[in-house]
Amino acid sequence: MKTTLETSNANLLEVRGLTKTFGTLKACDNIDLTIAKGEIHALLGENGAGKSTLVKMLFGTLEPNAGEIRWDGQPVRIANPHAARKLGIGMVFQHFSLFDALSAAENIALSLDDKTPISTIAAKAKALSYSYGLPLDPYSLVGDLSVGERQRIEIIRCLLQAPELIILDEPTAVLTPQEADKLFETLERLRSEGKSILYISHRLEEVKRMCDRATVLRHGKVVGHCDPRKETAASLARMMVGSEVQAVVRSPAEGSDRAAVLLQVKNLSRTPATPFSIPLRNVNLEVKAGEVIGVAGVAGNGQGEFFEAVSGEVRQAAAGTVRIRGKDAGNLSITGRRLLGAAFVPEERLGHGAAPRMKLSENLLLSRYATDRKAFLGAAGVIHDGAVASASQRIVQAMDVRKSGTDPEAASLSGGNLQKFIIGRELDRQPAVMVVNQPTWGVDAGAAARIRQSLIELARSGSAVLVISQDLDELFEISDAIAVMHNGEMSKPIPIAEATLEKIGLLMGGAEPGHVEHVAEPA
Amino acid sequence: MRIELVKRPQQSALFSALSPFIALVLTLVAGAIMFSLLGKSPLDALYYYFVDPLREIWSLHELAIKAAPLILIAVGLSVCFLSNNWNIGAEGQFIAGAIAGSILPVMFPDFQSWIVLPLMLIMGMIGGAAYASVPAFLKTRFNTNEILTSLMLVYVAQLFLDWMVRGPWRNPAGMNFPETRDFHQYAILPEIWSSSGRAHWGFVFALVAAVVVWFMLSRTLRGFEVKVLGQSPRAGRFAGFSSSQMVFFAFIVSGALAGLAGISEVSGAIGQLRPTISPGYGFTAIIVAFLGRLNPLGIIAAGLILALSYLGGEAAQISIGVSDKVVRAFQGLLLFFVLGADTLIHYRIRFVGSAPRNAEVSHGNA
Repeated sequence: MKTTLETSNANLLEVRGLTKTFGTLKACDNIDLTIAKGEIHALLGENGAGKSTLVKMLFGTLEPNAGEIRWDGQPVRIANPHAARKLGIGMVFQHFSLFDALSAAENIALSLDDKTPISTIAAKAKALSYSYGLPLDPYSLVGDLSVGERQRIEIIRCLLQAPELIILDEPTAVLTPQEADKLFETLERLRSEGKSILYISHRLEEVKRMCDRATVLRHGKVVGHCDPRKETAASLARMMVGSEVQAVVRSPAEGSDRAAVLLQVKNLSRTPATPFSIPLRNVNLEVKAGEVIGVAGVAGNGQGEFFEAVSGEVRQAAAGTVRIRGKDAGNLSITGRRLLGAAFVPEERLGHGAAPRMKLSENLLLSRYATDRKAFLGAAGVIHDGAVASASQRIVQAMDVRKSGTDPEAASLSGGNLQKFIIGRELDRQPAVMVVNQPTWGVDAGAAARIRQSLIELARSGSAVLVISQDLDELFEISDAIAVMHNGEMSKPIPIAEATLEKIGLLMGGAEPGHVEHVAEPA
Repeated sequence: MRIELVKRPQQSALFSALSPFIALVLTLVAGAIMFSLLGKSPLDALYYYFVDPLREIWSLHELAIKAAPLILIAVGLSVCFLSNNWNIGAEGQFIAGAIAGSILPVMFPDFQSWIVLPLMLIMGMIGGAAYASVPAFLKTRFNTNEILTSLMLVYVAQLFLDWMVRGPWRNPAGMNFPETRDFHQYAILPEIWSSSGRAHWGFVFALVAAVVVWFMLSRTLRGFEVKVLGQSPRAGRFAGFSSSQMVFFAFIVSGALAGLAGISEVSGAIGQLRPTISPGYGFTAIIVAFLGRLNPLGIIAAGLILALSYLGGEAAQISIGVSDKVVRAFQGLLLFFVLGADTLIHYRIRFVGSAPRNAEVSHGNA
């Protein structure tokens, strides 16, 4: 790096007028951004604001339509990630690109361009990881590591290439609060060494705490540069959203002691289906009429397996492990459980909650054909198109789903609007039990507030609502009590009045009092 | 230099509708080139192939005879392909149906009653369905690849038929020719319109099957299930549909229709079992299914077109003296262009310069 020659120029990266269009959509419109040496620069914006597009152009995976990128004062063209790395740009992705079946060192070796022996890489990686306080065993299998540890591999892999600029895409989304603190220490250390960091996040508190400057994007445009330490979380949110986000109102749950238990999970255990999935260990949970129970936990601690078991996508051998409205449902299929009055919303929208290439009305039929058989189906299973279409129209209106055309394909909707439709599809039934996994994942703030409010209203109207989420702010906003999943175990729900971020965070890290550490079982 | 296929953000509805016709035109052009390379006049050849067989009533009957098995099989295959089950073994199911349906007239020639024919048709369907459920069972139980298993079972069926007509089922009065006894009058599928030509009721079965399956696919919950499980299996599981049940459903429907085609061909067009009872209907039906865009009504049209290529092949063999293998070449060209046109609807071609790109481009989809 020729950094010493250019010390007069304090800006490491300058972006001017960067534009990227996809068809008619301007994903990035005339973006200006400067990153100084030794600063942590936040890139803020809602989903779909253009953050990822911008970052992909900086890392060479997308080519801009117009605009200029200057590196150390020199105009550069970043044709591919290889060129980006050569310049000194490193990136840690939100979704890790690691092979489960390979060791940490082998994964690192894959990304290096030269043919260094694995042992050298392992030694280097180990030294580097300890010097940054991110201890890592380079010979451990990725499949055995926690999400936080996997992120360490990504970070170490990035640092091994001695980058000047490190781009982190939503790094704390998968971490416990304590793991996140560790990460912040590392980032501050990197800053003190003169490295620059572009930090993408929508968690305003951590941006305020750590970042020197922030650039806020909205609808593909820069709406402002600011010093986040001088702003409040509310003022930052206003910049991101462009208007006040309506606060979610949670009225206290009434008489929950006497209320009936509508969903009961009792001694639910599950052996892992694949070598890399998490077993469920004796999970117990009750959700009463009128209340919202939140399930917190770091991604990959068994929430997906728990959802599958509760929804009936995977049945249990013992009927009593899941009871819906007082009836044994453990050995019922998802359809059988729906007929008992339960409704489910999975984490993944496209391909799980909805079939991407099918119309909205067909996607309505997807989860409702059994419960609304009388309305939607005639003799011999002939579909009443009119009834399905008008029901889907009703949901679109109730949830304010924005779409093009009367009945477009699910894939053509934005993530937030499709999620509103999927949630609305179940709410429309007034289910007695509602189980939602990641209700607002990747959903913009306005839609998220609407979804959260509607879940609370459903509970207050007498239903039992179970929300699995990695977003702690969300859980604190809507839950009456929060339980934590860690390594396939469920803690006792903590009433919201007693729950603190720290308490929940400790449970997420597995530090339950009397908690027994499970040794990894042979697969 | 490298060629990449890049997914189009939107598919053109116009070209989706036009693509079978574009494929047909391209096939004709490529066919014309092929004929001129063979030293034949391309215009003459195309005339004998595609026009001459349509000029007389009796040859229209022949067209219906050839189209019937193609349509029947392809309609069943559309259910398979739409539900993402790749049944390539319809040829074997066709033969299995023909053998099962022939049990009565071959082994019990003295049992003569009007009930024989309906029983034969039902047994033919059962035979085809049973044979198709073998790859379905292997797929659901052992996760085997159904393309391989169903294809390999074709050869088993072909050799089994060969052995049957040379051995146990050989006509005792047939002077050692490898064929069964002729079916008696109650075992013959009658002609639709006997005064004008040979076309038998198999063609009517094909049309009825196409309409019924079209209705099932487009209007009923079962058809919805087929499409959901074919397009996004995980969403299908969330809906509560069983994918292993669907594997059996698709294979059994298509096997039964292929078996019906087999017994109709034997009892309608041939009148006995021989070592070879199909000029590759089961494979050609794959082309029919795709040319008809997996829509049973489109398949009727596509079946007639492919049937024409069989007739034209025979005509051209006689009148201009080209090999009957040209038919296969034609059908191959057609499938190639149909699939090519379909691919280009979903993807566009991009030429990439030879600049070295790193293996980690795949990071981009993070």
